[in-house]
Amino acid sequence: MRGAKSAKWVAGAIVVALAATACGGGSGEDEPKDKGALAGYVSIDVGEPQKPLIPADTNETNGSYVIQSLFTQLLDFDAKGEIVYTNAESVTTEDSKTWTVKLKSGWKFHNGEDVTAQSYVDAWNWYANIKNNQQNSFWFADIAGYDDVHPEKGDPKADKMSGLKVVDDTTFTIDLKERVPYFNYKLGYTTFAPLPKVFYDDPKAFGQKPVGNGPYKFEKWTHKKLIQVQAWDDYKGPNKAANKGIQFKNYATLEAAYQDVVSGNLDIIRQVGPTDLPKYKQDLGDGAIEEPYAAIQSLVPAFYSKTFKDVDPKVIQGLSMAIDRDTITKTVLNNTRTPATSFTPPQVKGNQDLDTDVFTYDPKKAKALIEEGGGVPGNKVWIQYNTDGGHKEWVTAVCESIRNATGVDCVGDAKPDFATDLEARDNDEVKSMYRGGWVADYPVNVNFIKELYHTNAESNNGRFSNKEIDALMAEGDKAESLDEAVKAYQEVEKKLVDEMPAIPLWYYRINGGHGKGVDNVNVDFHGDLELTEVTTK
Amino acid sequence: MGRYVARRLLQMIPVFIGSTLLIFLMMYALPGDPVRALMGDQAFDPAVVESIRHDLGLDLPIWQQYLNYLGGLLQGDFGTTIGSQRPVADIIAEAFPVTIRLTLFAFVFLVIVGISLGVIAGLRPDSVRDRGLLTLTLVLISMPSFVLGYLMQYLFAFQLGVTTPTVQDSENFGDLLLPAIVLASLSLAYVARLTRTSMAENLRADYMRTAVAKGLPRSRIVGVHLMRNSMIPVVTFLGTDIGNLMTGAIVTEGIFNVQGVGDAIYEALFRREGATVVGIASLIVIVYLVASLLVDLLYAVLDPRIRYA
Repeated sequence: MRGAKSAKWVAGAIVVALAATACGGGSGEDEPKDKGALAGYVSIDVGEPQKPLIPADTNETNGSYVIQSLFTQLLDFDAKGEIVYTNAESVTTEDSKTWTVKLKSGWKFHNGEDVTAQSYVDAWNWYANIKNNQQNSFWFADIAGYDDVHPEKGDPKADKMSGLKVVDDTTFTIDLKERVPYFNYKLGYTTFAPLPKVFYDDPKAFGQKPVGNGPYKFEKWTHKKLIQVQAWDDYKGPNKAANKGIQFKNYATLEAAYQDVVSGNLDIIRQVGPTDLPKYKQDLGDGAIEEPYAAIQSLVPAFYSKTFKDVDPKVIQGLSMAIDRDTITKTVLNNTRTPATSFTPPQVKGNQDLDTDVFTYDPKKAKALIEEGGGVPGNKVWIQYNTDGGHKEWVTAVCESIRNATGVDCVGDAKPDFATDLEARDNDEVKSMYRGGWVADYPVNVNFIKELYHTNAESNNGRFSNKEIDALMAEGDKAESLDEAVKAYQEVEKKLVDEMPAIPLWYYRINGGHGKGVDNVNVDFHGDLELTEVTTK
Repeated sequence: MGRYVARRLLQMIPVFIGSTLLIFLMMYALPGDPVRALMGDQAFDPAVVESIRHDLGLDLPIWQQYLNYLGGLLQGDFGTTIGSQRPVADIIAEAFPVTIRLTLFAFVFLVIVGISLGVIAGLRPDSVRDRGLLTLTLVLISMPSFVLGYLMQYLFAFQLGVTTPTVQDSENFGDLLLPAIVLASLSLAYVARLTRTSMAENLRADYMRTAVAKGLPRSRIVGVHLMRNSMIPVVTFLGTDIGNLMTGAIVTEGIFNVQGVGDAIYEALFRREGATVVGIASLIVIVYLVASLLVDLLYAVLDPRIRYA
């Protein structure tokens, strides 16, 4: 019996200990809770940012949403993709090589510090420096002196880019390595935001509690639950907040967020999950949002693979014509995409009618083209995709369509997740084609052509290489004006139809919604909701 | 007794080291580089990827990475995450209290409701209420937790409006009620069935007849003689189930939007955050070890014939 008694003691003690730890967190009854909405605040399902909140270190959507609310860069774009000056008075150039930026005066950071030309130049130099490991540092690569602060290998030779010069408090100039006629469009990317002096004292702490110059100022970040920002009264830009603040709430699943919108516990959902898509328009009524935006999904042939090595482009044209885009977008994809008719989405400058039938479903011609081009080696193609992104359904449908139309066997090559998928792409291990996606960084056709199909482009994982097309792009970059550059790239796009570096499938649409508590929810050109315009009732 | 406990606790050390090593190696074996994955679909600069990998020590050989990790662990440092650069300890400290609360809630519900149901049915085997319980548990066992989860959400949040569909505040026990019930329901069926069968069997045992013959009051016969002997298989099940409740809650956590351990480990795995996965998984291993020790000790409480030296 002695044994039994002491066992009771031990067991009892452990139970008490467990109970104590469990209650420790739960007893804070008086603490302010995240529950319920604050009056005048708009809540939206935006998950935990992957990285600290530093403008040049964020390119995924969650972080970008928060960064965009906290920081304002020189300029922005309207829904049509036209430039709207925000912090800049003007951005001008004579020769597309030297750009002069004039800032609006009187702008301040949230801590009261003035936003000056120096705030921009210092920030950009810091972002570009290889030592600081900023993910978007390559965005500064056009600027003269970038290679000194960001060498391919080894330590930087300088900590300032020679191309950036401060003229006075509100003026600075940017010298580029070469002409880039569309450089001002790049400046609309959040990476080009300025930083206050406090940043340099402790970048790590700043990333948790950023101080920006945007329409909202940072309030709090409860990790994995909520980020809250408050409208900033002294904001001088055109996109001043029409609400009192934003709550970015983290949801584990799209379905959970959707349930909260329907029941009124959440104001806005950015994307309705596949299970709720068939009924969200009924559930949300006027609150349902369905808008196209500047993003495209393609099938990208790997030109090193057995299937597509030295392939006749006619074969790829044939495969493209074998895909019944209309039916697949309507059925399998529930109208979340619009069939593609070119390599660029309609929202970008320079999108054109290509006057071709390569993107139209025509099984007979598809078959004929593939035969004409010498057929597909092994009569089989693979489409690589990641299973964690909801792609399986449409890949299966596309394969079905190709198989039925042409008799070429087509199977999905599933990778368990995005990381594995990317690794196979980077290491040139794609069996024949992969699923490619691209969202506009800036609304110009160059972004969809040069970054994807230039021989040296980082994202050209299909390793498409065509000297003639590279030369045409170089020609476009030398253009005197933006219009000329856009025209030159339109010529490139026409060439792309003959060479088929990818099979464009469809453009994205945003399928979101909002509850009855808010109004005036609009979508910008790259599919983000314009949170500053949202009004509460 | 004390020596027995001490020995068991000491045994946990090699198990802990072994399990961290195994999980560490498994994470390493997974394809996909976490730093590269951070860059996503869009353009990026390989030099930056290399530089980040170097700063985090991810370019070192695997054994050196493991030693570094273990060295940090001994000093109480769980490492930092790759993406957010936050200490893994913070992430654990956020996720575990939520899950422990949910688990404890589910566990209490499970013990009280499950055992009572089992007792009620077990005392009258093959009666109507026994058959009723067997049918109910059969339904619970065969229903996947996401079906039950959505059903409960629909009924209680949308039709009756008693609660919000998702957990708004994971420190609020009222909010956690629904997910806890869903989480517990599968195990509830097992516990009820185990108790019922064990009870029904022991009812026919010799010592029961003796107890009745001695003229003991019925409450004592059932409460002490029958219950104590019938609880051993149930306690074994409950012990291992604590671990299951903690780790197996991914689906339930997703439906009700509870940011607990299941959610944290899934996300870490998805992003190849090795240090986070190893940290959380090792803690769960410890939970399992402690729970099984508790179960072994409870045997001695329930059955005096069992002794540990």
